[in-house]
Amino acid sequence: MLQVKNLDFNYPNRGFVLRSVDLELKPGNIYGLFGKNGEGKSTLIKIMAGLLFPKSGICNLNHTQTKKRSPKTLQEIFLVPENFELPALPISTFEKINSSFYPNFSNEQFYGLLEEFQLHPSNKISTLSFGQKKKVLIAFGIATNTKILLMDEPTNGLDIPSKSQFRKVMASAVDKGQCIVVSTHQVRDLHSLINHVIILDNSKVIFDHPLEIISKNLWFGRATQDMGEVIYSEGPFGGRSILTRKNLDETEVDLELLFNGVLQETQNINQAIKK
Amino acid sequence: MDFDNSKPIYLQIVDFFYENILVKQWKEGARIPSVREVAMMVEVNPNTAIRAFNHLQDLEVIYNKRGIGYFVAEDGYAKVLDIKRKEFIEQNLPDVFKKMGLLGIGLEELKNAYNQHKNEKK
Repeated sequence: MLQVKNLDFNYPNRGFVLRSVDLELKPGNIYGLFGKNGEGKSTLIKIMAGLLFPKSGICNLNHTQTKKRSPKTLQEIFLVPENFELPALPISTFEKINSSFYPNFSNEQFYGLLEEFQLHPSNKISTLSFGQKKKVLIAFGIATNTKILLMDEPTNGLDIPSKSQFRKVMASAVDKGQCIVVSTHQVRDLHSLINHVIILDNSKVIFDHPLEIISKNLWFGRATQDMGEVIYSEGPFGGRSILTRKNLDETEVDLELLFNGVLQETQNINQAIKK
Repeated sequence: MDFDNSKPIYLQIVDFFYENILVKQWKEGARIPSVREVAMMVEVNPNTAIRAFNHLQDLEVIYNKRGIGYFVAEDGYAKVLDIKRKEFIEQNLPDVFKKMGLLGIGLEELKNAYNQHKNEKK
């Protein structure tokens, strides 16, 4: 559905932020996009949304480049950015003005989500807190029912009960064949939702695998002696480790551990998965 | 739902199903929540929920009526009981035995502790 091929990007007078990035995103998945600060996560998301143009290479949504910003493409992409400005209008007016750009927009869904987030359509957006504004945008983004939903740090600014609501809402959103990309540092907030992990480091995609394949090939946990080949370990004496799984029982993928492991032992981990 | 990190989430969802069946919250032959409802309930990716449903279907604990939904099998309770008993004997007991050996606790002592526990409950 969304195809990134051999893509390079740099901001003026600075080194490359993205270098030969290849990705192929498919419907029905929630992709987790991870990387240290300043590794180009937000840049990549903006390129996908057609807000920035690649220096070379392509980024296509269903065979049309997103940088062309054709209405047909843009009506199938929605971006919930990390920082944003919203107009000083009541929520319902905001919806009326903006929803017409998205042919699959569902009023019912939007107002249902607002209610779940305890917001009222007559609330003026400028009087809301940051977290509440974010909820308006998240609810709107989900209700657009675009093929691609991009979210940059969506749980930043959400209070604890809202995070749980957010997960519920997201869980119900994917099975409609949407493709969702979430960039985040808050691994814990979203780890049960993500089913594909992409890791950016040194301007490159260094890891790109579905969770199912990861848990088939790697084992996560506190290893005891003679359990097998340790690929990565945090701290001595039975710290959390990543092992090649072989005959061990399947464990849940520990995303935080995986992220640290991939940064340190990129090749070994990728090799263990390809086996 | 609070997930334990050591076990794959889909198996934890399976356990959640087992519990509901064992306490008869979900009776035999009764309809159970859909994949989507379960995914929302426990806040997971629907693909993970589907894995749990498939696993239970393979074990014939639940079955699918096309276009209607999932149901607990007629002998679902007995099946779950069987699975959980096996799990207890094959997985939990060896751990207990290992600890007993390590601490020098004999069968007699275990029996006493068991009886005492039973009496307290009464």
